Amino acid sequence: MKPEMNHKLHFRTAVYQTPFHPRTSALNVLNEWHRWKDYTTADAYFDETLEYAAIRNACAVFDLTPMTKHRITGPDALAFLNRLVTRDVAKIKPGRVGYCVWCDDNGQVIDDGTIFHLRPGDYRLCSQERQLDWLARSARGFDVSIVEDTHDVAALAFQGPTTCAVLKKMGLAGVEKLTPFGIGFFPFAGGELMVSRTGFTGDLGYELWIEPGRALALWDALFAAGADHGIRPMGTHALEVSRIEAGFVQAGVDFLPADAAVRIDRTRSPFELDLGRLVDFTKPVFTGRRALLEEQRRGSRYRLVKLDVEGNKLARSSYIYDRARNVVGTVTSAVWSPAAKTNIALASLKMPWGRPGDELWAEIYYQRELQWAKVMARCRVIEGAFFDPPRRRATPPADF
Amino acid sequence: MTDVQPANKRRDDKVVIIGAGHNGLVCAAYLARAGREVVVLEAAAQPGGAAVTREFAPGFRVSACAHLLYLLDAQVSRDLALESHGLKMARSNLRTVALAADGGHIVHAGGKVESGPVSPADRAALADYHARLQRFARVMGKQHNRRPPRIGGGDRSDLLGAALLGLDIRLLGRDDMREFLRIAGINVYDVLEETFESPLLKGTLALDAVLGTNLGPRSNNSVLTLLHRMSGTAGGDYGAVALPAGGMGTVTAALAAAAQKSGATLRCSSPVARITLEGDRVSGVQLESGETIAAGTVVSNADPARTLLQLLGARHLETGFAERVRHIRSRGTAAKLHLALDGLPEFTGLDGALLGERLVIAPDPVYVEHAFDHSKYGTASPEPVLEIVMPSVHDRSFSPQGKHVLSAIVQYAPHDAGAGADARRGEFLERILGVLGKYSPGLRRQIVATELLLPADIEREFRITGGHWHHGELALDRFLMLRPVPGAAQYAMPLDGLYLCGAGCHPGGGVMGSAGGNAARAVLAAGSTA
Ligand SMILES: Cc1cc2nc3c(=O)[nH]c(=O)nc-3n(C[C@H](O)[C@H](O)[C@H](O)COP(=O)(O)OP(=O)(O)OC[C@H]3O[C@@H](n4cnc5c(N)ncnc54)[C@H](O)[C@@H]3O)c2cc1C
Repeated sequence: MKPEMNHKLHFRTAVYQTPFHPRTSALNVLNEWHRWKDYTTADAYFDETLEYAAIRNACAVFDLTPMTKHRITGPDALAFLNRLVTRDVAKIKPGRVGYCVWCDDNGQVIDDGTIFHLRPGDYRLCSQERQLDWLARSARGFDVSIVEDTHDVAALAFQGPTTCAVLKKMGLAGVEKLTPFGIGFFPFAGGELMVSRTGFTGDLGYELWIEPGRALALWDALFAAGADHGIRPMGTHALEVSRIEAGFVQAGVDFLPADAAVRIDRTRSPFELDLGRLVDFTKPVFTGRRALLEEQRRGSRYRLVKLDVEGNKLARSSYIYDRARNVVGTVTSAVWSPAAKTNIALASLKMPWGRPGDELWAEIYYQRELQWAKVMARCRVIEGAFFDPPRRRATPPADF
Repeated sequence: MTDVQPANKRRDDKVVIIGAGHNGLVCAAYLARAGREVVVLEAAAQPGGAAVTREFAPGFRVSACAHLLYLLDAQVSRDLALESHGLKMARSNLRTVALAADGGHIVHAGGKVESGPVSPADRAALADYHARLQRFARVMGKQHNRRPPRIGGGDRSDLLGAALLGLDIRLLGRDDMREFLRIAGINVYDVLEETFESPLLKGTLALDAVLGTNLGPRSNNSVLTLLHRMSGTAGGDYGAVALPAGGMGTVTAALAAAAQKSGATLRCSSPVARITLEGDRVSGVQLESGETIAAGTVVSNADPARTLLQLLGARHLETGFAERVRHIRSRGTAAKLHLALDGLPEFTGLDGALLGERLVIAPDPVYVEHAFDHSKYGTASPEPVLEIVMPSVHDRSFSPQGKHVLSAIVQYAPHDAGAGADARRGEFLERILGVLGKYSPGLRRQIVATELLLPADIEREFRITGGHWHHGELALDRFLMLRPVPGAAQYAMPLDGLYLCGAGCHPGGGVMGSAGGNAARAVLAAGSTA
């Protein structure tokens, strides 16, 4: 196997612009950017609250191009992926997408991502972090080709209740038949547009994948079709709110990638991230399996919980205390949820805390005119998602 | 999610052992004695692995790889009653003759200089040095039969193992303990420089440290390998060497007899193609012939890289572990030279009565280091170092009447195979004969037949990755609980039912049998917890 990184002259560019940059820069009236995996990316375009509102009430477009992408092919592609990730990839049929995590030998999560089974034996793996090194090491002994093709695939996340209607209007015949995690291919501008019913918002939504030369045509077609459906560009701030509402974890935020950790107790296993459903011990081997079996036997150290935090102060990075005022964990992500109309948080707690009904308190520091104040806020453990609208799953989606 | 099976649960009493090297045979003997059904599958036509005696020219026999015995585990010898199976020494406590081209040879044994141009200071220093290294080697020897402690596991026997090692070092006393800790990780060159004057003496002692390693005297770790070499008493005492009667083949023939007498089945000419799996554990092996043999336990005497990456396959291991195995350093540097001679050779200025001793060509430590330099870049030493024995002097079974056999370990040999290997072998042979000619000008005319095994040849004939003496470099990062790789130091591999028993495991290479015995104990311990 031979992993490849295209565009070997990458060092000549300090920061990339995505193929959508001519459009995104024109729309970014706030001129707020940050660097995401070496691409310049909009924090917000015009108003993050309104951008969020578009996700939940109309439709919003997010430039997903910087997401690290790999194309995985070859006779052993499936065997390789199955040894890499904890879930059974054989169950991800052609035309389907699966969320997955992969671990080191200690059963600690290195990263999470999505596996797209594009066509039989032809896979795309998207990851949060750069993974080529680990993939190359994991590929030894397999007849598989791994190409990091982040630069060769332009991608948009298109999320919100009116997305399906817009795509239909754009001429994607039959797009309404895609079920969640389904993939469809559509002719577009003389080429092929791939559409997956996936996303990071917990709402109805799609992700659109196209070769970079057709990126602007896609953007223009989308905005033309969406004009009457409230289409808006959205930046990472709005996405972050919807991501936490959906209860999705993020590498580097809710867990430390195992290969970046120095201290052994800083990493988390899939069980400790509430992702035990992604671990399939019926597979005879995958990296981390032995350690995870042992963890099942001995018990986990941590639990990731969703918290409903009383009051109106954000519990960002707060310590969580038990009734006896012992620190039992910390908040990893926190936000005011406009959809749930409450303060929500993801928190990593030491076992056994985090059971439904446990009495937990968040220690929140906040500033009032440069003066710090502190409040202890009661937290309630939530089972299930903070926000999970039926339209997320409905097929065909309702027309708006 | 399925329910959890306890690790190492025994489902089948049968044990397949891949390889009838001496460690495989020791393991087989112990397991068979404990009542397990054992089948040993050896690729070669005869058992013994790198410890065999075979013909290399019509009428001439030689210990084909290992030729001196010094590490053989005393407990193994006793337990398996090897003497009753024919093991006997032709000579123990061989002297070492440090050859000098001008005839000013130094003869020493057991820390005592018997003859040669050595100052009184050096004589005293050698006695001290030898006695001290023997005390250190004894500490090393005590670890041979212990399961290496696992770090961080919190297992009581692991803690005990670690504590015992610590205690052994403490019991050396304050001065020795300090010295042990000072030199264990450094290089032999520095130690020799601070101890001796005579270049010839230092050169010979340096050779002992680097035999079988990819180290020069100035490489760190070369004290560790020296202590390892000295850590057995089979040669007569710690650091002494012996010649078994009939050569190394006698050792492994005795082991094979002991194993078979205990009920183990030995099948030669049966190369294993792969280790088979059922779910997440081993189910047996498949031979190159296609035949499959089912077994709940598979113990491999083949080296760790070969076992795990070839016979099993990286895809059946977790990524990090497979990577650690891939990084085992197994670049062999030792070649083996066998000369059939039509008479006893003469060495300038050497009393013929000493021809049966261990003759060493390593005139000074810098010479040894220069010989090593070339191996770093994959080429052969222009002036190699040699450890020579002539077993036919003691034992008439090696050669026709009046003829003799010279067996030499030669370093540093080119380790690459492939195109041009024969040309390189011819070139290296010329260099070796050139060096030998400086000490024994008439030798070349006495040669009737020659065999030179380069590491690539050893790899092919004995199926040892890289032709490496220890099945993988013996170094501080690959020692005790770190051998063969961290996470697999206790003979059981991270795949249920699979064990290693060869030189790649603790305590390392050399004809010793400790790894085989320890592996058998690990298999039995796992079985008894089922
Ligand atoms: C040049 C040289 C000189 C040496 N000199 C000395 C010395 O003088 N004194 C000393 O003590 N040590 C010496 N050694 C080291 C010593 O020979 C080895 O460390 C020791 O023999 C290793 O024993 P083992 O049983 O662990 O493995 P091995 O002897 O290597 O046995 C492994 C066995 O497994 C078999 N095998 C491998 N793969 C398969 C397969 N797929 N199917 C079936 N069978 C298989 C092999 O054929 C072999 O028989 C020397 C080594 C070398 C290379």
